[in-house]
Amino acid sequence: MILWISSAIIPLFILLILTIGFLKNIKVYDCFVEGAKEGVSTALRVFPYLLTMLVAIGVFRASGALDYLLEILGPIFGLMGVPKEVLPLYLLRPLSGSGALAILTDILKNYHPDSFVGRVASTLMGSAETIFYTLAVYFGSIGIKEYRHTLSAALIADFSALVASVVICSWVFG
Amino acid sequence: MINTIWFFLMVVGIIVGIINGRLEEVTQAAMDSASLAVQLCIGFIGIWALWLGLMKVAEKSGFIRGIGKVLSPITSILFPQVPKDHPAMGAMVMNMAANMMGLGNGATPLGLIAMKELQKLNPHKTRASNAMCLFLVINTSSITLIPTTVVALRMSTGSSQPTEIIGTALIATTISTLVGIISVKLLEKREG
Repeated sequence: MILWISSAIIPLFILLILTIGFLKNIKVYDCFVEGAKEGVSTALRVFPYLLTMLVAIGVFRASGALDYLLEILGPIFGLMGVPKEVLPLYLLRPLSGSGALAILTDILKNYHPDSFVGRVASTLMGSAETIFYTLAVYFGSIGIKEYRHTLSAALIADFSALVASVVICSWVFG
Repeated sequence: MINTIWFFLMVVGIIVGIINGRLEEVTQAAMDSASLAVQLCIGFIGIWALWLGLMKVAEKSGFIRGIGKVLSPITSILFPQVPKDHPAMGAMVMNMAANMMGLGNGATPLGLIAMKELQKLNPHKTRASNAMCLFLVINTSSITLIPTTVVALRMSTGSSQPTEIIGTALIATTISTLVGIISVKLLEKREG
């Protein structure tokens, strides 16, 4: 059922939008083309922001700096009851979606999905987005340079997701 | 802040690379990431054009505006600066709904439309408005109803109950979204 819903949701949504448009006497084809034109310009506008962010993240990971950060932060997070195996996922997730997915796969393979570590990691992964990428794309698309408090608040929320994942999993799964 | 973090990632990355003798990997990563950005953007062109086309129809038919109005009792508390029947409201609501259903990249064009509409209300064109900050924080701490990728991954790695984390993830993500909203409201007051 869940699988059917997730596969049907996009076609049904398209059907709904087009039907409403047709009933309101809109030239749906012309209108669609007009909107689609913006696809290229939007992607081009976002491109330099995305590239700049991805290069820094790539350099930081490849140099081994991320591993050092993990070693420094591991004991600190351990004090709060965060399993150290989950930490790489927590640190990488705001930076890279595909990287986080690779780490989650690794964790689930090595520690089994039904272990405490596996459950916390799955919960954490299911509860957040890649912050840096999203901000670069969204702000980049309209040329915003001053993010103000967006990044701080997003990182605070991200941290609360980690704490919540650990607490809820210890509580629910014992 | 983004300037500081970006500088930190680059400089620390290169210095650690020198110390670790991993400069070749660092160079390779920089090149690969640059190519990845190109690949991603080319991939985006197609998906975004599709959604932006569809959304143009939704916008002209009044669907986006209508959705925004229906949910305005909630959204106008969160976004007091955005008029109730402004298209920005509808686009934000639809982006959040798409994120909840786990549409991922399909949700992005809706978000970009919302940003464009919010920019029309923004007096400083290079500075994020309060509404933008809040919208993005809600977006990044997104409430996902069914984390399909994670469930699929758990299934393939031999979990006996792959869906057992849907509930815990939902609670965790709800908490983080609430914390995000509160943080934005507190930080925006402090900034003035």
